[in-house]
Order: sequence, then structure tokens, then C-alpha cells
Amino acid sequence: MRGASRTLPAAAVAVLLVLSGCAGGGGEEEATDNTLRIIYQKAGDASPLDTLMQSTKEQFEAANEGVTVELEPVEGTDEDYNTRLALSQRSPDTAPDVFYEDTFRLRSDVEAGYLLNLDEHLAGWEEWDAFNEAAKEAGKADDGGTYAVPLGTDTRVIWYNKQVLQDAGVDVPWQPETWDDLLEMARTVKEAQPDSRPFSMYAGTGTGEGTVMQSFYELLYGTESGGLYDDESSKWIVGSQGFVDSLAFLKTLYDEEFAVTPAEALDPNVWQVVLGTMLPENQMAATVEGSYAPSFWQEGGMFEWPEYADVMGVAPFPTQNGQEPGATSMSGGWTLAVGAGAENPDLAFEFLTTAMSQENLLQYTVDNSQIAVRTDIAEAPEYLEANPFVADVSAVLDVTNYRPATSNYAEISTAVQEATEAVITGGATPEEAAATYDEALKAIVGEENVVEE
Amino acid sequence: MKLIPLAPAIILIGIFLAGPITWSFYGSFTNAALTGPNAKNPEWIGLENYTTLFADPLFPQSLLLTVVFVLVSAVIGQNFLGLGLALLMQRAHKAVAAVVGVCVVAAWVLPEIVAAFVAYAFFFRDGTLNQLTGFAGLPAVDWLFEHPMLAIILANIWRGTAFSMMVYQAALNDVPKEITEAAEIDGAGGAKTLVFVTVPMIRRSIATNLMLITLQTLAVFTLIYVMTAGGPTNRSTTLPIMAYEEAFRYSDIGYGTAIAVVMLIIGAAFSLAYIRLLRERKPS
Repeated sequence: MRGASRTLPAAAVAVLLVLSGCAGGGGEEEATDNTLRIIYQKAGDASPLDTLMQSTKEQFEAANEGVTVELEPVEGTDEDYNTRLALSQRSPDTAPDVFYEDTFRLRSDVEAGYLLNLDEHLAGWEEWDAFNEAAKEAGKADDGGTYAVPLGTDTRVIWYNKQVLQDAGVDVPWQPETWDDLLEMARTVKEAQPDSRPFSMYAGTGTGEGTVMQSFYELLYGTESGGLYDDESSKWIVGSQGFVDSLAFLKTLYDEEFAVTPAEALDPNVWQVVLGTMLPENQMAATVEGSYAPSFWQEGGMFEWPEYADVMGVAPFPTQNGQEPGATSMSGGWTLAVGAGAENPDLAFEFLTTAMSQENLLQYTVDNSQIAVRTDIAEAPEYLEANPFVADVSAVLDVTNYRPATSNYAEISTAVQEATEAVITGGATPEEAAATYDEALKAIVGEENVVEE
Repeated sequence: MKLIPLAPAIILIGIFLAGPITWSFYGSFTNAALTGPNAKNPEWIGLENYTTLFADPLFPQSLLLTVVFVLVSAVIGQNFLGLGLALLMQRAHKAVAAVVGVCVVAAWVLPEIVAAFVAYAFFFRDGTLNQLTGFAGLPAVDWLFEHPMLAIILANIWRGTAFSMMVYQAALNDVPKEITEAAEIDGAGGAKTLVFVTVPMIRRSIATNLMLITLQTLAVFTLIYVMTAGGPTNRSTTLPIMAYEEAFRYSDIGYGTAIAVVMLIIGAAFSLAYIRLLRERKPS
């Protein structure tokens, strides 16, 4: 009897502990002036970022006697990493001195007071001039101050398998001008090879940000409505025809079986099948992926594919009806930042600049198939030779877009992903899904912060 | 003076039970967040999290899924299967009982994350279940996509039945043999003996077991998160999954905590019901 009545609180506490952020743990060691704690993401066994951090630690400890660098790699997805980082930043005891920061989390993390303003430090750093201006923007917050230094950036393009297109009688190099050109190619290939997936784009919440960055926004930002957020009025857009059209396009891809099946699309690991199996084995004609795609195929990558440079081709993603500027892309990227509560900010900044030296960053940019953010790297022969698609994927920087990085962006992004999921699973028509999104958006940002298109 | 020996227990309860519960109640009335301006200066917003929650179209669905999940997988599935296995093992040959016991307990001993991946691999579209049904000539069903709740319920029954089985085995061992034998001599069949003699005698174990498995199942997170992550289109989003998404994916700790408080209240309601069951006098 007594045992039974105690069970409720015990179980309740188990639930609450999970939710109350007790997961923070780890790295409780007292930080001293001469100890730097570095938190970054480690994805898989061969992680270019891990290599960069290991070698920076060695160089830095050799140059600064008595200084200890504690590396704390976090294994997991981007989402897991961001959560883990935010939890560690909640307490001064666990907050890192230097950390890897997603550009789209930057502004809200600055608002949260997690990041140190680097303006003064950067003014005294000669190499800062080597960074290109667009890239520097990525580290700026709403107050105009710079809070982070970019490691690299990326773009999204169509990756197509020339072999599959040629077998179906499509001329290569292939460059679609409108959305209809995409469908026309898909129909031609489907006719020639009924089992193939001629043109696949991600959809649903399973692939998370991949769904919006590599798929939905490519469409939306190429419509007349153009985007989620109206910069002029600083309001979120509702009632957008472009939103409905973009959903309708995805629905066509899935209904006519041009893409992976809806069930496959909802699997968070579908990208591995696309990049690792379907494209290399000529089962898929084309998909939209990041400029970093070759990092998986090159030597030492997750899905080594020596012939990829000959088989694959790149095309910018077209706008809906071929209207200006003709193509569209999305960009993101990651940065290094210094913690607002760093015991020794000068030392932390020095670690950051060591990691960002030309030599170190060049190696990282090449290993990770990033688009260079330093002009002296963009011109380096090692960079230009390492990846045969560098010129193609860098060219779309002219037409690229960035996500509206507000603190409620993550929730809005999920609402968009849910709209795509509802459409491809047949749960709603594009109009219904767009209306549901509009309602969700109003609930998230408030009626006063939306603008009817 | 009588309370002095209890002091350590009271202090521990204060720190580990009352503290977090109070903190949760408090947190659910604020707009605390993981990032953005509310991370720096969380404000007291009164009942706003709760009014938003009750207006959230996902909430009634999650609530329903949670209740269905608890009733079908724990109260019905684990409970009856556990009792059935315990009764069978009492009569079974020792070797058979040992083999069955090991198989059932194995699922329970596995860490939850491992059990979750095993279940995922079993129900996955190219997984074990479809390969087995394929041998029988049946068409493949994408369980996690088409019937996510069913897959999760079956997985939770598989994982949790061992606990109920062990509780009932212990309870059945305490039922004096003379009494069941007497019932049989009086002419009661197996089913009658079970309903009118055995079950009333193990009534307390039944209530305790129900309470434990209900609360365990209410809090199941890893199993669901690994198998379906609440999808597709939120068709398997129970309250723990919803709370996690709000608190950590959308960084809205205050709102996530409000959902946790609702779970706490549901757990309390179930527990009170079971406690009444324990106290109730059996009509003689």
C-alpha cells in the first residue's frame, strides 16, 4: 500500500527531470583562466570539423604554454547539437568559451545573451580583411555588431546523373529554365525507365531543415510571391499564391511518382539513400542538394564514388516561369563564436583566429566541400582543384537567399514542413495545407506581425 | 520526536520530489526559452501557456493518443498478457517456463534505446516483420507509416509485459495452494477459480501493477521517438513527444513544461483511481 502510493511522485519526477533540463551535465570541471572549453558538432567518424579542432588544439597548446584546450565534440544531428549547445549555455559553469554556431541560430542566441561582441577583437585582427563582405554579414546581429566568424557557406543546386538523362534521350548539359522544364524532363525519363525516380525533392518533417532548404524554399523563393518574410514591412507573409503553387509542384512530383515514395520521404535518413544509393546506381535522374554533396562522394567520404565527377552534372534551380533572376538558391553556413561568459575572452578569440588561419581553413574548406569565405582561399589552387563543381555551386551565390533568422524561426520552419507532409501524403490539398500554415503562422508570430499578400 | 528517524527521507523527498515539481509548476507559468530574448529574461505570463495549449489543435489529438496508448498497451496489453503468462508458467514444465521467461524478460532487460531500435528494425518497411509475412505470401505493409500507433503499441507490449508477468508470478506464489484446491474440490472450474478465488486474492498486486505500468507507459519517450518521432503528420505524437518538441525543438521551455504538468495531472488521476481500487472492500 505504502509502496504503491509513493509511485506517483517517483514516476512524475522521472518525467519532470527529463523536461527540466537536467540533461545538461558533463564538463562540470572548474574553468580557469588558462583552460578553454570548445564545443562543436562531430558528425560521423570522418568529420572535417573534428580534424580542424584537433589540429588547432595542438597548434594552440604548442604556441601558448600552460594553456589547456578541452575539446567537447557532440555527436548527433544539427537539431541535437543546437539543443545541447543551448542547454550548456544556460549555466555559467557549463558555458563553452568557443563554439560552433549555426548562422540561423545566431541572432536569437545573441538576443539570449550567449555570444560575445567581437567588434573590438576583430578590429585588431589583420586577417579579417581576407573574409569576403557577404560572408561577414552572416556573423552580424540585429544591433549591427559582429558576433561570429564564418567557417564557410553553402548553396543548393540541382545535381543530375548525366547517364540516366542521356539514356532517356535528354540532352546534357541540361539546364531547365522553368518548373515545367523540370516536369518535362521527369516525364521523359519516367517513360524511358518506369522504375526510376526522375526528379526527387525532400518533403515532410522527417528530413527537417533539409525539406525546406533543399526543396520547398527553392520553389517558394522562385515564385512571384517570393519568400516567407517581407523585409520591407518586417512581417511574415500569409495568403501567398507562391506558397500554394510550391506545394502543388511537390504534390505533382509525388503523385506522378517522380520522387521517392511518401513513406521513404518521411524517413529522416532518406538523404543517405538518395546520395549513397539512388544517384550512384543510376536509379535517380536528379535531386536538389547542397553544394557540399561531393564531400560524401570524394575519397574518404561517406559514400565514396570515384566516377562522380564524370557522371554528375550541376544546374541552378529555375524560377517558376523563368522570371528574373532566372534561378534561385538557399544558403546557410556555420560559424565559430566566443561565449559571452568566457573567463579569458582574449585567449578564446586567439583560439578562434588560430582555427581560422588561411592554412587551417583551407584544409577544412576542401575536406568539407564548403564554399570559401576567405578570398585567399577562394583563389587557392588546392581549393579550385579539389572539387570539380566549385565554380558551378559558387556561381549561384548571386541569386541565393538566406532564411529569416528570428527566434521563432524553428517553429515556423516546422509548420512549413508539416504543410509539405500533408500534401505528399494526401492529407490535404495545397490550398488547405497553405491555409493551415497561415493559421499556424498567425498563432506563432501574432496576427499583428503578418501581412496578407 | 518520532519524526527524527524520518528526517533524511523527508529531506530527500524535498530535494528530489517536491523541488522539481514546484519548479515545473513555476516554469509552466513563464515564457522561459532556450534561445532568444526570453532565455535571458523569462517573464511570468500567468496561464497563457495553458490557454495556448488548450487552443492548440494538436493537444486534444495528443491527449487522445496518449490515453489510447496507455489503455491499450499497458492496462490491456501488458497487464492481461502478463497475467496470462504468469498463470501458464505456473502449470508449464520447468524447462518450458524457463525458456519462455528468458525470452520475455530479455525485452525488458534491454536498455530502452536498444529495444526501440530493435522494434524499428522489426516494423521497418524492409524489416523483419515484412520479410516474415513475405514468406507467407502476404503483401508488405509499411507499418511505421500506415499504422504508426499500432506498431508502437505492440512494441510497448513486447517491451513491458515481462514486468507484469514477474509481479503476477510473485503474487500467484503467495496464493495458498489449499484454497485453490478447495475451490476445485467444491466443483469450480479453472476459469471460475481464477475469477472468484485467485483474482480477488491478488487484487492488491493487480492494482499496484496497474499503477506502475500506467505511469511507466505514460512517460514512454525513447521508444516512440526512435520508431516514428511522432509522425507521420503527428499521428503518433503523444504528450511526452509533444512536450519534447515544444521545449527543445522550438526552444519553448515554458510551454513544454506546461504539457509536462498536464501529464502529471493525468498520472495523478490514474493513480487516485488505482488507490481507490486498493482500498475498496471486496463484497463478501
